[in-house]
Amino acid sequence: MKAPILAPGSRAGAQVMEKAVKGRSLWDDARRRLFRNWAAVTGMVVLVVLVVVALIGPHLVPFSYDQINKNDVWAPPLTGGHLLGADSLGRDLLARLLMGLRVSLAIGLVATVVSLVIGVLWGAIAGYVGGALDELMMRVVDVLYSLPFIFFVILMMVTFGSNIILIFVAIGAVEWLTMSRIVRGQTLGLKHKEFVEAARAAGLNQGSIITKHIIPNLLGPVVVYVTLTIPAVILAESFLSFLGLGVQPPMASLGSLIANGAQDMELAPWLLIFPSLVMIVTLMSFNFIGDGLRDAIDPQDR
Amino acid sequence: MLRFIGRRLLVAIPTLFLVVTVAFFMMRAAPGSPFDSDRKLAPEIERNVMAKYGMDKPIGEQYFNYIKGVVQGDFGPSLKYQDKSVLEILQENYKVSLVLGLSAILIASIVGVTLGVLAALRQNGLIDYGVMGVAILGVCIPTFVTAPLLVLLFGSQLQILPSGGWNGGALANLILPVTVLALPQIAIISRLTRAGMIEVLRSNYVRTARAKGLPEHRIVAKHALRAAILPLVSYLGPACAGLLTGSLVVEKIFNLPGLGKFFVISALQRDYTVVMGMVIFYAALILVLNLIADLLYAVLDPRVRLS
Repeated sequence: MKAPILAPGSRAGAQVMEKAVKGRSLWDDARRRLFRNWAAVTGMVVLVVLVVVALIGPHLVPFSYDQINKNDVWAPPLTGGHLLGADSLGRDLLARLLMGLRVSLAIGLVATVVSLVIGVLWGAIAGYVGGALDELMMRVVDVLYSLPFIFFVILMMVTFGSNIILIFVAIGAVEWLTMSRIVRGQTLGLKHKEFVEAARAAGLNQGSIITKHIIPNLLGPVVVYVTLTIPAVILAESFLSFLGLGVQPPMASLGSLIANGAQDMELAPWLLIFPSLVMIVTLMSFNFIGDGLRDAIDPQDR
Repeated sequence: MLRFIGRRLLVAIPTLFLVVTVAFFMMRAAPGSPFDSDRKLAPEIERNVMAKYGMDKPIGEQYFNYIKGVVQGDFGPSLKYQDKSVLEILQENYKVSLVLGLSAILIASIVGVTLGVLAALRQNGLIDYGVMGVAILGVCIPTFVTAPLLVLLFGSQLQILPSGGWNGGALANLILPVTVLALPQIAIISRLTRAGMIEVLRSNYVRTARAKGLPEHRIVAKHALRAAILPLVSYLGPACAGLLTGSLVVEKIFNLPGLGKFFVISALQRDYTVVMGMVIFYAALILVLNLIADLLYAVLDPRVRLS
């Protein structure tokens, strides 16, 4: 480890001094660091715009995402009232893109929540109870880690057909492993802290200690990992849609739009380029926020 | 060391067993059968076909027979490609995927380590920001976006590279798919190298080397690099998993006759035995690679004790 150097003019030094005067909480500090990070702030602004656009956008476009317009087949951008052009069935690309963005964001959110719930509970229980149970539960995670997961997701999609709820569950069930490892590590550190002992001495049962004292205190790393899981999930769904196993037409997701665009890219490159751009911007904003949060909450873990 | 390998292999066996079991029952739970076709088979014929492949027996017995075969190295016949065993199909198709994967990881390592070292040596300089910007793009732009965009640019617009096909593994046909596969890996490897290098360059023994008056390039090449790329070794396992996933997309877009393309087709056609064979093959591959990575790590870093 490097010895921390607190030069009077350095950021860390200044923060230590301010803290002595005003008494900021750790979360206040993290927030200040986060908002000083221009990449993370840009990411947050872009993300808010994307979410708002995905929520209200489809209602503002004069076309619906599945509306077929025979006269507008392959319409290039800015023609026939189609801002971003139209596809092989004359469906408005902007309308489909907004819908696809909404679907992708929704899948990212829901599947992440699934992975969050499983991962946090699994990791917290393993870490807190310890002993043979911990050994067993973490061995299960190790085993699952070494599986070629994308193949299982593909098998699941083939087996049960591709409906959207199953996509949520399948991807969420895959993504919880890392979460459970992070949470277990944190729990191991927390469980010998005084406040947990106090809770135990006060006669609280194990379930309540885990839910009331352990889980709220390991939020930091979990929040960071969540912001990195959402883009991973969006990517996984798009990957499935790209292979034709995800969202089924006429519904759209960013991945299925890119897949369709790739098929027709020589005739109508806009069908590939616009969805790709939206995808890249979405993933980048999540990654910037995640990196910024990590630097803000845990400055040592660079 | 031997004990460590032995223990890891002991854990690998139940893992593989689990893979086989889950994949077997999932495949069988799927609606549809490998013998579905446009033309409906007469019931007697269907019964005969089912009997030929032992699929008329109760599912438990089928499972037991399958496991028995796998233990003896027999993955059964393909249900879709007549007169071909699963092993034959794997043998015929693995080469394309292997060439793609190996070239991608090789190029990614060389380019990624070089970029990472350059960035670390000029920390917070122009090169550093450039490399890290590229790295973020590489992580955020998925293969199924880069692949069609590169085909559009170099294949259709500039027409300097073929936009697909294998052509016996000609160099021109390899450039685009390997680039697509390597890009995300370059991004991750350069980030890991940069982080490792920055840490190592601050360590005491590098300071000693500087104090001895060694030229900077010797310090970097002989002293720092070896320690800095250690984290890469443990990235080997995940990298290969990433390549496998990427090869599914790349083989589809560039229309390459490899395992990845075959896997998706076989899964959709309910070719149970082929899909199972491939899942087992990939799982074993990842297990072996992870084991090799751990061993390499211990060999390269004397501080790590295997236990």
